[in-house]
Amino acid sequence: MSKHLSDGFYQDMKKLEPHYPTKVALLLPALHRAQEEYGWLPPEVLDEIGIYIDIHPAQVREVASFYTMYNLKPVGKHHLKICTNVACSLMGADELVEYCEKRLGVRCGETTADRKFTLNEEECLGACGTAPAMMLGDDYHENLDTESLGEILDRLEK
Amino acid sequence: MALSAHAGSETLYIQHFGNEEARGLQYYLKQMNGYSALKKAFALKPDQVIDEVKKSNLRGRGGAGFPSGVKWSFIPKTSDKPKYLVCNADESEPGTFKDRDLMRYTPHLLIEGMVIAAYAIGAKHGYIYIRGEYAREAKLLDLALEEARQAGYLGSNIQGSGFQFDLTVHRGAGAYICGEETGLLNSLEGKRGEPRVKPPFPATWGAFGSPTVVNNVETLCAVPFILQRGGEWYAKLGKLPNSGGTRLFCVSGHVKKPGLYELPAGAVTLRELIYDYCGGILDDRKLRAVIPGGSSAPVLTPDEIDVVLDIDPLMKIGSMLGSAGVMVIHDGCDLVRLIYRITKFYEHESCGQCTPCREGCRWMANIFKRILDGKGRLEDLDLLLDIANNINQKTLCALGDAAAGPVKSFVTKFRSDFEARIRG
Ligand SMILES: Cc1cc2nc3c(=O)[nH]c(=O)nc-3n(C[C@H](O)[C@H](O)[C@H](O)COP(=O)(O)O)c2cc1C
Repeated sequence: MSKHLSDGFYQDMKKLEPHYPTKVALLLPALHRAQEEYGWLPPEVLDEIGIYIDIHPAQVREVASFYTMYNLKPVGKHHLKICTNVACSLMGADELVEYCEKRLGVRCGETTADRKFTLNEEECLGACGTAPAMMLGDDYHENLDTESLGEILDRLEK
Repeated sequence: MALSAHAGSETLYIQHFGNEEARGLQYYLKQMNGYSALKKAFALKPDQVIDEVKKSNLRGRGGAGFPSGVKWSFIPKTSDKPKYLVCNADESEPGTFKDRDLMRYTPHLLIEGMVIAAYAIGAKHGYIYIRGEYAREAKLLDLALEEARQAGYLGSNIQGSGFQFDLTVHRGAGAYICGEETGLLNSLEGKRGEPRVKPPFPATWGAFGSPTVVNNVETLCAVPFILQRGGEWYAKLGKLPNSGGTRLFCVSGHVKKPGLYELPAGAVTLRELIYDYCGGILDDRKLRAVIPGGSSAPVLTPDEIDVVLDIDPLMKIGSMLGSAGVMVIHDGCDLVRLIYRITKFYEHESCGQCTPCREGCRWMANIFKRILDGKGRLEDLDLLLDIANNINQKTLCALGDAAAGPVKSFVTKFRSDFEARIRG
Protein backbone atom coordinates (compact mmCIF):
# COMPACT_ATOMS: atom_id res chain seq x y z
CA MET A 1 0.00 0.00 0.00
CA SER A 2 1.29 3.42 -0.89
CA LYS A 3 1.94 5.88 1.89
CA HIS A 4 -0.18 9.00 2.10
CA LEU A 5 0.89 10.54 5.37
CA SER A 6 4.13 12.49 5.53
CA ASP A 7 7.30 11.65 7.41
CA GLY A 8 6.45 14.61 9.63
CA PHE A 9 3.27 12.83 10.65
CA TYR A 10 5.19 9.73 11.70
CA GLN A 11 7.84 11.76 13.50
CA ASP A 12 5.23 13.68 15.47
CA MET A 13 3.46 10.46 16.40
CA LYS A 14 6.70 8.86 17.53
CA LYS A 15 7.23 11.82 19.88
CA LEU A 16 3.75 11.38 21.33
CA GLU A 17 3.93 7.62 21.86
CA PRO A 18 5.68 7.76 25.27
CA HIS A 19 2.91 10.01 26.59
CA TYR A 20 0.34 7.22 26.55
CA PRO A 21 0.27 3.70 27.97
CA THR A 22 -1.62 2.38 24.91
CA LYS A 23 -1.23 2.98 21.23
CA VAL A 24 -4.98 3.40 20.62
CA ALA A 25 -4.86 6.57 22.71
CA LEU A 26 -2.96 8.12 19.79
CA LEU A 27 -6.02 7.87 17.58
CA LEU A 28 -7.43 11.36 18.25
CA PRO A 29 -4.03 13.06 17.99
CA ALA A 30 -3.34 11.12 14.78
CA LEU A 31 -6.65 12.17 13.23
CA HIS A 32 -5.96 15.81 14.11
CA ARG A 33 -2.45 15.63 12.71
CA ALA A 34 -3.59 13.95 9.51
CA GLN A 35 -6.34 16.49 8.99
CA GLU A 36 -3.75 19.26 9.26
CA GLU A 37 -2.06 17.70 6.24
CA TYR A 38 -5.11 17.08 4.09
CA GLY A 39 -7.76 19.50 5.33
CA TRP A 40 -10.00 16.46 5.68
CA LEU A 41 -9.69 12.72 6.27
CA PRO A 42 -9.82 10.76 3.02
CA PRO A 43 -10.60 7.02 3.32
CA GLU A 44 -7.07 5.98 2.42
CA VAL A 45 -5.71 8.19 5.19
CA LEU A 46 -8.09 6.62 7.72
CA ASP A 47 -6.87 3.22 6.60
CA GLU A 48 -3.25 4.22 6.97
CA ILE A 49 -3.90 5.49 10.50
CA GLY A 50 -5.52 2.15 11.30
CA ILE A 51 -2.40 0.34 10.11
CA TYR A 52 -0.13 2.63 12.10
CA ILE A 53 -2.12 2.14 15.31
CA ASP A 54 -2.84 -1.48 14.52
CA ILE A 55 -6.60 -1.35 14.77
CA HIS A 56 -9.32 -2.33 12.32
CA PRO A 57 -10.22 0.37 9.79
CA ALA A 58 -13.82 0.19 11.04
CA GLN A 59 -12.61 1.19 14.48
CA VAL A 60 -10.91 4.27 13.03
CA ARG A 61 -14.12 5.27 11.23
CA GLU A 62 -16.29 4.56 14.24
CA VAL A 63 -14.24 6.99 16.28
CA ALA A 64 -13.62 9.60 13.58
CA SER A 65 -17.33 9.84 12.82
CA PHE A 66 -18.19 10.47 16.49
CA TYR A 67 -16.46 13.85 16.57
CA THR A 68 -17.67 16.86 14.61
CA MET A 69 -14.24 18.39 14.03
CA TYR A 70 -13.06 15.55 11.82
CA ASN A 71 -14.05 16.25 8.25
CA LEU A 72 -14.97 13.01 6.54
CA LYS A 73 -15.80 14.95 3.40
CA PRO A 74 -13.64 17.62 1.75
CA VAL A 75 -14.33 21.15 2.96
CA GLY A 76 -13.70 24.50 1.38
CA LYS A 77 -10.46 26.42 1.78
CA HIS A 78 -12.14 28.58 4.42
CA HIS A 79 -14.39 26.77 6.86
CA LEU A 80 -16.77 29.19 8.56
CA LYS A 81 -18.23 27.78 11.76
CA ILE A 82 -20.79 30.14 13.21
CA CYS A 83 -21.99 29.41 16.74
CA THR A 84 -25.78 29.49 16.98
CA ASN A 85 -26.12 28.20 20.52
CA VAL A 86 -27.94 30.14 23.27
CA ALA A 87 -25.74 33.18 23.91
CA CYS A 88 -24.80 33.65 20.26
CA SER A 89 -28.37 33.35 19.04
CA LEU A 90 -29.50 35.83 21.71
CA MET A 91 -26.92 38.21 20.26
CA GLY A 92 -27.84 37.81 16.60
CA ALA A 93 -26.10 34.70 15.26
CA ASP A 94 -29.07 33.82 13.07
CA GLU A 95 -28.56 37.03 11.11
CA LEU A 96 -24.92 36.13 10.59
CA VAL A 97 -25.87 32.72 9.21
CA GLU A 98 -28.48 34.28 6.94
CA TYR A 99 -25.96 36.86 5.75
CA CYS A 100 -23.41 34.18 4.86
CA GLU A 101 -25.98 31.98 3.16
CA LYS A 102 -27.08 34.88 0.96
CA ARG A 103 -23.64 36.19 0.22
CA LEU A 104 -22.04 32.83 -0.50
CA GLY A 105 -25.08 31.28 -2.11
CA VAL A 106 -24.93 28.12 -0.01
CA ARG A 107 -26.91 26.69 2.87
CA CYS A 108 -25.41 25.62 6.17
CA GLY A 109 -23.42 22.44 5.72
CA GLU A 110 -22.60 23.20 2.08
CA THR A 111 -19.47 24.23 0.21
CA THR A 112 -19.35 26.85 -2.53
CA ALA A 113 -18.88 25.61 -6.09
CA ASP A 114 -15.39 27.13 -6.26
CA ARG A 115 -14.50 25.15 -3.07
CA LYS A 116 -13.48 28.34 -1.34
CA PHE A 117 -16.00 28.37 1.51
CA THR A 118 -17.78 25.84 3.67
CA LEU A 119 -20.46 27.18 5.99
CA ASN A 120 -21.50 25.44 9.19
CA GLU A 121 -23.61 26.15 12.21
CA GLU A 122 -21.67 25.27 15.32
CA GLU A 123 -22.57 24.35 18.87
CA CYS A 124 -21.29 26.51 21.74
CA LEU A 125 -17.68 27.59 21.14
CA GLY A 126 -17.10 28.86 24.68
CA ALA A 127 -17.02 32.52 23.70
CA CYS A 128 -20.44 33.50 25.08
CA GLY A 129 -19.28 36.71 26.74
CA THR A 130 -18.12 37.99 23.36
CA ALA A 131 -21.05 36.65 21.35
CA PRO A 132 -21.78 36.13 18.57
CA ALA A 133 -18.68 34.15 17.70
CA MET A 134 -17.32 32.25 14.74
CA MET A 135 -14.43 29.89 14.27
CA LEU A 136 -12.32 30.14 11.13
CA GLY A 137 -9.35 27.81 10.92
CA ASP A 138 -7.90 27.79 14.42
CA ASP A 139 -8.99 31.37 15.10
CA TYR A 140 -11.96 32.75 16.94
CA HIS A 141 -13.74 35.87 15.72
CA GLU A 142 -15.88 37.40 18.42
CA ASN A 143 -18.38 40.25 18.94
CA LEU A 144 -19.38 39.87 15.31
CA ASP A 145 -22.04 41.69 13.37
CA THR A 146 -22.86 41.52 9.68
CA GLU A 147 -20.50 44.41 9.03
CA SER A 148 -17.42 42.91 10.68
CA LEU A 149 -18.25 39.49 9.27
CA GLY A 150 -18.58 41.09 5.85
CA GLU A 151 -15.11 42.57 6.18
CA ILE A 152 -13.68 39.16 7.05
CA LEU A 153 -15.32 37.67 3.96
CA ASP A 154 -14.03 40.56 1.82
CA ARG A 155 -10.51 39.74 2.92
CA LEU A 156 -10.90 36.02 2.27
CA GLU A 157 -12.39 36.57 -1.15
CA LYS A 158 -9.41 38.61 -2.32
CA MET B 1 -24.91 48.62 46.90
CA ALA B 2 -23.53 45.19 46.34
CA LEU B 3 -20.80 46.57 44.14
CA SER B 4 -19.16 48.60 46.87
CA ALA B 5 -19.79 45.92 49.48
CA HIS B 6 -17.60 43.54 47.57
CA ALA B 7 -15.24 45.97 45.98
CA GLY B 8 -12.77 45.24 48.74
CA SER B 9 -12.94 41.47 48.48
CA GLU B 10 -10.01 39.70 46.98
CA THR B 11 -9.91 38.19 43.51
CA LEU B 12 -7.48 35.43 42.58
CA TYR B 13 -7.56 35.28 38.82
CA ILE B 14 -9.35 38.00 37.03
CA GLN B 15 -6.75 40.75 37.46
CA HIS B 16 -4.42 38.72 35.22
CA PHE B 17 -6.93 38.13 32.42
CA GLY B 18 -6.31 40.08 29.26
CA ASN B 19 -2.63 40.46 30.10
CA GLU B 20 -0.56 38.39 27.70
CA GLU B 21 2.53 38.75 29.84
CA ALA B 22 0.78 36.85 32.62
CA ARG B 23 1.12 33.59 30.76
CA GLY B 24 4.90 33.52 31.03
CA LEU B 25 6.83 31.77 33.76
CA GLN B 26 8.70 34.92 34.82
CA TYR B 27 5.46 36.80 35.47
CA TYR B 28 4.06 33.84 37.36
CA LEU B 29 7.11 33.59 39.59
CA LYS B 30 7.38 37.31 40.29
CA GLN B 31 3.82 38.63 40.26
CA MET B 32 1.94 35.60 41.53
CA ASN B 33 4.41 34.07 43.94
CA GLY B 34 4.39 31.17 41.49
CA TYR B 35 5.43 27.62 42.41
CA SER B 36 5.84 28.58 46.07
CA ALA B 37 2.74 26.59 46.99
CA LEU B 38 4.40 23.56 45.47
CA LYS B 39 7.30 23.91 47.87
CA LYS B 40 4.85 24.06 50.76
CA ALA B 41 3.08 20.98 49.48
CA PHE B 42 6.30 18.98 49.22
CA ALA B 43 7.00 19.78 52.88
CA LEU B 44 3.74 18.02 53.76
CA LYS B 45 2.70 14.40 53.45
CA PRO B 46 0.23 13.71 50.62
CA ASP B 47 -2.54 13.10 53.17
CA GLN B 48 -1.89 16.46 54.77
CA VAL B 49 -2.27 18.14 51.38
CA ILE B 50 -5.63 16.40 50.97
CA ASP B 51 -6.64 17.56 54.48
CA GLU B 52 -5.81 21.15 53.61
CA VAL B 53 -7.98 20.94 50.49
CA LYS B 54 -10.79 19.40 52.55
CA LYS B 55 -10.53 22.28 55.01
CA SER B 56 -10.76 24.79 52.16
CA ASN B 57 -14.32 23.72 51.23
CA LEU B 58 -13.28 23.80 47.60
CA ARG B 59 -16.11 22.33 45.55
CA GLY B 60 -15.71 21.23 41.95
CA ARG B 61 -16.20 24.02 39.42
CA GLY B 62 -17.06 21.68 36.54
CA GLY B 63 -20.73 21.41 37.37
CA ALA B 64 -21.51 18.94 40.11
CA GLY B 65 -19.91 20.87 43.00
CA PHE B 66 -18.39 17.79 44.60
CA PRO B 67 -15.92 18.52 47.45
CA SER B 68 -12.49 18.23 45.85
CA GLY B 69 -10.55 17.04 48.91
CA VAL B 70 -13.05 14.25 49.43
CA LYS B 71 -12.74 13.22 45.79
CA TRP B 72 -8.95 13.01 46.10
CA SER B 73 -9.24 10.87 49.23
CA PHE B 74 -11.13 8.19 47.26
CA ILE B 75 -7.95 7.29 45.38
CA PRO B 76 -6.62 4.05 46.85
CA LYS B 77 -3.41 4.60 48.81
CA THR B 78 -1.86 1.45 47.48
CA SER B 79 -2.34 0.30 43.96
CA ASP B 80 -0.25 -1.82 41.67
CA LYS B 81 -1.51 0.25 38.78
CA PRO B 82 -0.31 3.74 37.94
CA LYS B 83 -2.62 6.58 38.99
CA TYR B 84 -3.67 9.44 36.77
CA LEU B 85 -4.74 13.03 37.18
CA VAL B 86 -6.92 14.41 34.41
CA CYS B 87 -7.90 18.03 33.97
CA ASN B 88 -11.28 18.54 32.40
CA ALA B 89 -10.74 21.45 30.01
CA ASP B 90 -13.55 20.49 27.69
CA GLU B 91 -15.57 23.58 28.63
CA SER B 92 -18.47 22.52 26.48
CA GLU B 93 -21.44 23.52 28.62
CA PRO B 94 -23.20 26.28 26.68
CA GLY B 95 -22.75 29.60 28.46
CA THR B 96 -19.37 28.72 29.99
CA PHE B 97 -16.17 30.54 29.04
CA LYS B 98 -13.98 30.79 32.15
CA ASP B 99 -11.55 27.92 31.65
CA ARG B 100 -10.42 29.40 28.35
CA ASP B 101 -9.15 32.54 30.09
CA LEU B 102 -7.57 30.55 32.91
CA MET B 103 -5.65 28.53 30.35
CA ARG B 104 -4.58 31.34 28.07
CA TYR B 105 -3.69 33.88 30.76
CA THR B 106 -2.65 31.82 33.81
CA PRO B 107 -1.48 28.45 32.46
CA HIS B 108 1.19 28.07 35.14
CA LEU B 109 -1.45 28.31 37.84
CA LEU B 110 -3.11 25.27 36.31
CA ILE B 111 0.20 23.43 36.00
CA GLU B 112 1.17 24.14 39.61
CA GLY B 113 -2.29 23.10 40.80
CA MET B 114 -1.95 19.85 38.87
CA VAL B 115 1.50 19.06 40.25
CA ILE B 116 0.19 19.56 43.78
CA ALA B 117 -2.91 17.45 43.12
CA ALA B 118 -0.78 14.74 41.54
CA TYR B 119 1.50 14.71 44.57
CA ALA B 120 -1.54 14.39 46.85
CA ILE B 121 -2.96 11.38 45.01
CA GLY B 122 0.33 9.83 43.89
CA ALA B 123 0.00 10.28 40.14
CA LYS B 124 3.07 10.33 37.92
CA HIS B 125 1.32 11.38 34.77
CA GLY B 126 -1.54 13.69 33.98
CA TYR B 127 -3.55 14.83 31.00
CA ILE B 128 -5.19 18.10 30.18
CA TYR B 129 -8.16 17.15 28.04
CA ILE B 130 -8.94 20.35 26.16
CA ARG B 131 -11.81 20.84 23.74
CA GLY B 132 -10.59 20.66 20.14
CA GLU B 133 -11.82 24.14 19.28
CA TYR B 134 -9.38 25.65 21.78
CA ALA B 135 -6.49 24.99 19.41
CA ARG B 136 -4.76 28.26 20.29
CA GLU B 137 -5.09 27.59 24.00
CA ALA B 138 -3.70 24.08 23.54
CA LYS B 139 -0.60 25.56 21.91
CA LEU B 140 -0.20 28.07 24.74
CA LEU B 141 -0.46 25.26 27.27
CA ASP B 142 2.21 23.29 25.44
CA LEU B 143 4.52 26.30 25.60
CA ALA B 144 3.89 26.73 29.33
CA LEU B 145 4.51 23.01 29.93
CA GLU B 146 7.83 23.29 28.16
CA GLU B 147 8.78 26.31 30.30
CA ALA B 148 7.84 24.39 33.43
CA ARG B 149 9.90 21.37 32.35
CA GLN B 150 12.93 23.52 31.61
CA ALA B 151 12.69 25.12 35.05
CA GLY B 152 12.27 21.79 36.82
CA TYR B 153 8.62 22.16 37.83
CA LEU B 154 7.69 19.11 35.78
CA GLY B 155 9.61 15.96 35.04
CA SER B 156 11.61 13.70 37.29
CA ASN B 157 12.67 14.81 40.75
CA ILE B 158 10.70 18.07 40.71
CA GLN B 159 12.60 20.79 42.64
CA GLY B 160 14.69 18.11 44.31
CA SER B 161 11.66 16.58 46.02
CA GLY B 162 12.10 13.15 44.53
CA PHE B 163 8.57 13.48 43.12
CA GLN B 164 8.06 12.81 39.43
CA PHE B 165 5.20 14.12 37.31
CA ASP B 166 4.60 15.15 33.74
CA LEU B 167 1.67 16.38 31.72
CA THR B 168 0.27 15.88 28.24
CA VAL B 169 -2.20 18.15 26.48
CA HIS B 170 -4.82 16.02 24.75
CA ARG B 171 -7.21 17.68 22.33
CA GLY B 172 -10.82 16.68 21.97
CA ALA B 173 -12.51 16.98 18.61
CA GLY B 174 -15.93 18.49 19.04
CA ALA B 175 -18.31 16.55 21.27
CA TYR B 176 -20.16 18.01 24.26
CA ILE B 177 -20.43 14.61 25.86
CA CYS B 178 -16.65 14.50 26.33
CA GLY B 179 -17.14 17.04 29.15
CA GLU B 180 -18.79 14.23 31.11
CA GLU B 181 -15.90 12.69 32.93
CA THR B 182 -16.25 9.09 31.82
CA GLY B 183 -16.99 10.10 28.23
CA LEU B 184 -13.84 12.17 28.49
CA LEU B 185 -11.83 9.19 29.72
CA ASN B 186 -13.03 7.01 26.84
CA SER B 187 -12.12 9.78 24.43
CA LEU B 188 -8.68 10.09 26.01
CA GLU B 189 -8.23 6.37 25.43
CA GLY B 190 -8.91 6.81 21.71
CA LYS B 191 -12.54 5.70 21.73
CA ARG B 192 -15.90 7.28 21.05
CA GLY B 193 -16.71 9.61 23.91
CA GLU B 194 -19.49 7.45 25.32
CA PRO B 195 -20.01 7.68 29.08
CA ARG B 196 -19.42 4.56 31.14
CA VAL B 197 -21.61 2.66 33.54
CA LYS B 198 -20.86 3.81 37.09
CA PRO B 199 -19.77 2.32 39.43
CA PRO B 200 -16.90 1.71 39.07
CA PHE B 201 -16.11 5.41 39.44
CA PRO B 202 -12.92 6.94 38.02
CA ALA B 203 -11.29 6.83 41.48
CA THR B 204 -11.00 3.06 41.07
CA TRP B 205 -11.36 2.59 37.29
CA GLY B 206 -10.51 5.74 35.40
CA ALA B 207 -8.02 6.44 32.62
CA PHE B 208 -6.63 3.21 31.11
CA GLY B 209 -8.31 1.18 33.87
CA SER B 210 -6.33 2.96 36.60
CA PRO B 211 -7.38 5.05 39.61
CA THR B 212 -7.98 8.57 38.31
CA VAL B 213 -9.06 11.97 39.56
CA VAL B 214 -10.86 14.21 37.08
CA ASN B 215 -11.07 17.87 38.01
CA ASN B 216 -12.16 20.99 36.21
CA VAL B 217 -9.60 23.67 35.22
CA GLU B 218 -10.92 26.24 37.71
CA THR B 219 -10.93 23.67 40.51
CA LEU B 220 -7.25 22.89 39.93
CA CYS B 221 -6.36 26.57 39.61
CA ALA B 222 -7.63 27.12 43.17
CA VAL B 223 -5.19 24.59 44.61
CA PRO B 224 -2.00 26.72 44.65
CA PHE B 225 -3.83 29.45 46.60
CA ILE B 226 -5.09 26.91 49.13
CA LEU B 227 -1.59 25.59 49.78
CA GLN B 228 -0.05 29.03 49.79
CA ARG B 229 -2.47 30.66 52.20
CA GLY B 230 -4.17 27.78 53.93
CA GLY B 231 -7.42 25.89 53.61
CA GLU B 232 -9.07 27.93 56.32
CA TRP B 233 -8.30 31.19 54.55
CA TYR B 234 -9.76 29.85 51.31
CA ALA B 235 -12.86 28.57 53.09
CA LYS B 236 -13.44 32.01 54.59
CA LEU B 237 -13.28 33.69 51.18
CA GLY B 238 -16.66 32.04 50.56
CA LYS B 239 -19.70 33.51 52.28
CA LEU B 240 -21.54 30.26 52.92
CA PRO B 241 -20.49 27.63 55.45
CA ASN B 242 -19.65 24.81 53.04
CA SER B 243 -18.49 26.52 49.88
CA GLY B 244 -15.09 28.15 49.82
CA GLY B 245 -13.19 30.52 47.59
CA THR B 246 -14.14 32.79 44.75
CA ARG B 247 -15.98 31.78 41.60
CA LEU B 248 -15.77 32.92 38.04
CA PHE B 249 -19.25 33.77 36.78
CA CYS B 250 -19.62 33.75 33.01
CA VAL B 251 -22.35 36.24 32.14
CA SER B 252 -23.73 36.33 28.62
CA GLY B 253 -26.84 37.29 26.69
CA HIS B 254 -28.90 40.39 27.26
CA VAL B 255 -26.90 42.40 29.80
CA LYS B 256 -25.07 45.65 29.23
CA LYS B 257 -21.71 44.31 30.32
CA PRO B 258 -21.32 40.61 29.58
CA GLY B 259 -18.09 38.88 30.56
CA LEU B 260 -16.38 37.18 33.47
CA TYR B 261 -16.97 38.28 37.05
CA GLU B 262 -14.98 36.86 39.93
CA LEU B 263 -16.85 37.03 43.21
CA PRO B 264 -16.67 35.24 46.54
CA ALA B 265 -18.79 32.08 46.50
CA GLY B 266 -22.26 32.87 47.81
CA ALA B 267 -21.63 36.61 48.14
CA VAL B 268 -24.20 37.99 45.75
CA THR B 269 -27.68 37.28 44.51
CA LEU B 270 -28.50 36.77 40.88
CA ARG B 271 -30.24 40.16 40.91
CA GLU B 272 -27.09 41.88 42.20
CA LEU B 273 -24.95 40.20 39.59
CA ILE B 274 -27.23 41.29 36.76
CA TYR B 275 -28.07 44.82 37.89
CA ASP B 276 -25.11 45.95 40.02
CA TYR B 277 -22.24 44.24 38.28
CA CYS B 278 -23.39 43.74 34.71
CA GLY B 279 -25.11 47.11 34.36
CA GLY B 280 -28.65 45.75 33.97
CA ILE B 281 -30.55 44.60 30.94
CA LEU B 282 -29.46 45.45 27.42
CA ASP B 283 -31.31 48.45 25.91
CA ASP B 284 -33.05 48.89 29.30
CA ARG B 285 -35.58 46.27 28.38
CA LYS B 286 -37.41 44.05 30.84
CA LEU B 287 -35.87 40.87 32.19
CA ARG B 288 -37.76 37.80 31.04
CA ALA B 289 -35.74 34.78 32.16
CA VAL B 290 -32.33 33.68 33.41
CA ILE B 291 -30.50 30.42 32.90
CA PRO B 292 -28.15 30.45 35.88
CA GLY B 293 -25.66 27.63 35.33
CA GLY B 294 -25.11 26.72 31.71
CA SER B 295 -27.87 25.57 29.36
CA SER B 296 -28.41 22.40 31.43
CA ALA B 297 -29.69 24.44 34.39
CA PRO B 298 -33.46 24.83 34.72
CA VAL B 299 -34.56 28.36 33.81
CA LEU B 300 -35.54 30.98 36.41
CA THR B 301 -38.21 33.67 36.16
CA PRO B 302 -37.65 37.30 37.19
CA ASP B 303 -39.43 36.49 40.49
CA GLU B 304 -36.68 34.04 41.40
CA ILE B 305 -33.57 36.16 41.00
CA ASP B 306 -33.16 37.08 44.64
CA VAL B 307 -31.58 33.68 45.12
CA VAL B 308 -28.00 33.70 46.41
CA LEU B 309 -25.72 32.57 43.60
CA ASP B 310 -24.16 29.41 44.88
CA ILE B 311 -24.48 25.66 44.62
CA ASP B 312 -26.87 24.89 47.48
CA PRO B 313 -29.23 27.91 47.29
CA LEU B 314 -29.84 27.30 43.57
CA MET B 315 -30.37 23.61 44.12
CA LYS B 316 -32.93 24.46 46.79
CA ILE B 317 -35.07 26.33 44.26
CA GLY B 318 -34.86 23.51 41.73
CA SER B 319 -32.13 24.84 39.47
CA MET B 320 -28.34 24.63 39.64
CA LEU B 321 -25.21 26.71 39.56
CA GLY B 322 -23.54 24.14 37.31
CA SER B 323 -20.56 25.74 35.59
CA ALA B 324 -21.70 29.27 36.58
CA GLY B 325 -22.69 30.18 33.04
CA VAL B 326 -25.34 32.83 33.63
CA MET B 327 -27.41 33.57 30.52
CA VAL B 328 -29.71 36.54 30.72
CA ILE B 329 -32.77 36.85 28.49
CA HIS B 330 -34.89 39.96 27.93
CA ASP B 331 -38.49 40.33 26.88
CA GLY B 332 -37.64 40.62 23.20
CA CYS B 333 -36.71 36.95 23.07
CA ASP B 334 -38.95 34.23 21.68
CA LEU B 335 -38.78 31.64 24.44
CA VAL B 336 -40.35 28.90 22.33
CA ARG B 337 -37.58 29.30 19.77
CA LEU B 338 -34.98 29.40 22.50
CA ILE B 339 -35.97 26.12 24.14
CA TYR B 340 -36.23 24.56 20.69
CA ARG B 341 -32.61 25.62 20.06
CA ILE B 342 -31.50 24.29 23.44
CA THR B 343 -33.24 20.97 22.82
CA LYS B 344 -31.66 20.70 19.34
CA PHE B 345 -28.30 20.99 21.08
CA TYR B 346 -28.98 18.00 23.34
CA GLU B 347 -30.41 16.05 20.43
CA HIS B 348 -27.23 16.69 18.47
CA GLU B 349 -24.92 15.91 21.37
CA SER B 350 -26.65 12.82 22.79
CA CYS B 351 -24.16 10.00 22.28
CA GLY B 352 -26.99 7.62 21.50
CA GLN B 353 -26.21 4.87 23.98
CA CYS B 354 -29.33 5.31 26.12
CA THR B 355 -32.67 5.10 24.36
CA PRO B 356 -34.54 7.62 26.57
CA CYS B 357 -31.99 10.33 25.78
CA ARG B 358 -31.41 9.47 22.13
CA GLU B 359 -35.08 9.16 21.19
CA GLY B 360 -36.51 11.52 23.81
CA CYS B 361 -34.38 14.50 22.80
CA ARG B 362 -35.39 14.02 19.18
CA TRP B 363 -39.10 13.78 20.05
CA MET B 364 -38.94 16.89 22.20
CA ALA B 365 -37.13 18.83 19.47
CA ASN B 366 -39.69 17.67 16.88
CA ILE B 367 -42.58 18.77 19.08
CA PHE B 368 -41.06 22.20 19.66
CA LYS B 369 -40.54 22.50 15.92
CA ARG B 370 -44.15 21.61 15.29
CA ILE B 371 -45.26 24.28 17.76
CA LEU B 372 -43.02 26.84 16.06
CA ASP B 373 -44.46 25.87 12.69
CA GLY B 374 -47.98 26.60 13.93
CA LYS B 375 -48.98 22.94 14.03
CA GLY B 376 -48.82 22.44 17.80
CA ARG B 377 -51.63 21.02 19.91
CA LEU B 378 -52.34 21.91 23.52
CA GLU B 379 -51.78 18.29 24.55
CA ASP B 380 -48.21 18.64 23.27
CA LEU B 381 -47.26 20.49 26.43
CA ASP B 382 -48.12 17.58 28.71
CA LEU B 383 -46.55 15.23 26.23
CA LEU B 384 -43.30 17.23 26.46
CA LEU B 385 -43.36 16.99 30.24
CA ASP B 386 -44.03 13.27 30.03
CA ILE B 387 -41.08 12.71 27.70
CA ALA B 388 -38.82 14.84 29.89
CA ASN B 389 -39.85 12.84 32.95
CA ASN B 390 -39.03 9.65 31.12
CA ILE B 391 -35.52 10.86 30.32
CA ASN B 392 -34.70 12.35 33.70
CA GLN B 393 -32.61 10.02 35.88
CA LYS B 394 -33.05 7.19 33.38
CA THR B 395 -29.76 7.45 31.52
CA LEU B 396 -26.16 6.41 32.15
CA CYS B 397 -24.93 9.98 32.44
CA ALA B 398 -26.40 13.34 33.37
CA LEU B 399 -26.81 14.53 29.77
CA GLY B 400 -30.32 13.14 29.95
CA ASP B 401 -31.13 15.22 33.03
CA ALA B 402 -29.45 18.19 31.38
CA ALA B 403 -31.85 17.92 28.43
CA ALA B 404 -34.95 17.24 30.53
CA GLY B 405 -34.52 20.00 33.13
CA PRO B 406 -34.64 22.95 30.73
CA VAL B 407 -37.67 21.53 28.89
CA LYS B 408 -39.59 20.93 32.11
CA SER B 409 -38.80 24.35 33.50
CA PHE B 410 -39.51 26.32 30.31
CA VAL B 411 -42.80 24.52 29.65
CA THR B 412 -43.94 24.79 33.27
CA LYS B 413 -42.83 28.33 34.08
CA PHE B 414 -43.66 29.89 30.72
CA ARG B 415 -46.62 27.72 29.80
CA SER B 416 -48.68 30.67 28.60
CA ASP B 417 -46.06 31.51 25.96
CA PHE B 418 -46.42 28.03 24.52
CA GLU B 419 -50.21 28.06 24.76
CA ALA B 420 -50.39 31.41 22.99
CA ARG B 421 -48.18 30.08 20.21
CA ILE B 422 -50.29 26.95 19.82
CA ARG B 423 -53.58 28.89 19.78
CA GLY B 424 -52.00 31.14 17.13
C1 LIG C 1 -23.09 16.28 29.83
C2 LIG C 1 -22.03 16.75 30.78
C3 LIG C 1 -21.09 17.67 30.35
C4 LIG C 1 -20.07 18.11 31.21
N1 LIG C 1 -19.17 19.03 30.74
C5 LIG C 1 -18.17 19.43 31.56
C6 LIG C 1 -17.18 20.34 31.09
O1 LIG C 1 -17.21 20.79 29.94
N2 LIG C 1 -16.18 20.71 31.93
C7 LIG C 1 -16.10 20.22 33.22
O2 LIG C 1 -15.17 20.55 33.93
N3 LIG C 1 -17.03 19.36 33.69
C8 LIG C 1 -18.05 18.95 32.90
N4 LIG C 1 -18.97 18.05 33.38
C9 LIG C 1 -18.80 17.54 34.76
C10 LIG C 1 -17.82 16.37 34.80
O3 LIG C 1 -18.51 15.15 34.56
C11 LIG C 1 -17.14 16.24 36.16
O4 LIG C 1 -18.12 16.26 37.16
C12 LIG C 1 -16.13 17.32 36.45
O5 LIG C 1 -15.17 17.40 35.45
C13 LIG C 1 -15.45 17.04 37.76
O6 LIG C 1 -14.55 18.08 38.09
P1 LIG C 1 -14.75 18.99 39.38
O7 LIG C 1 -15.07 18.08 40.52
O8 LIG C 1 -13.49 19.70 39.53
O9 LIG C 1 -15.92 19.88 39.07
C14 LIG C 1 -20.00 17.61 32.54
C15 LIG C 1 -20.96 16.70 32.95
C16 LIG C 1 -21.97 16.27 32.11
C17 LIG C 1 -22.96 15.28 32.61
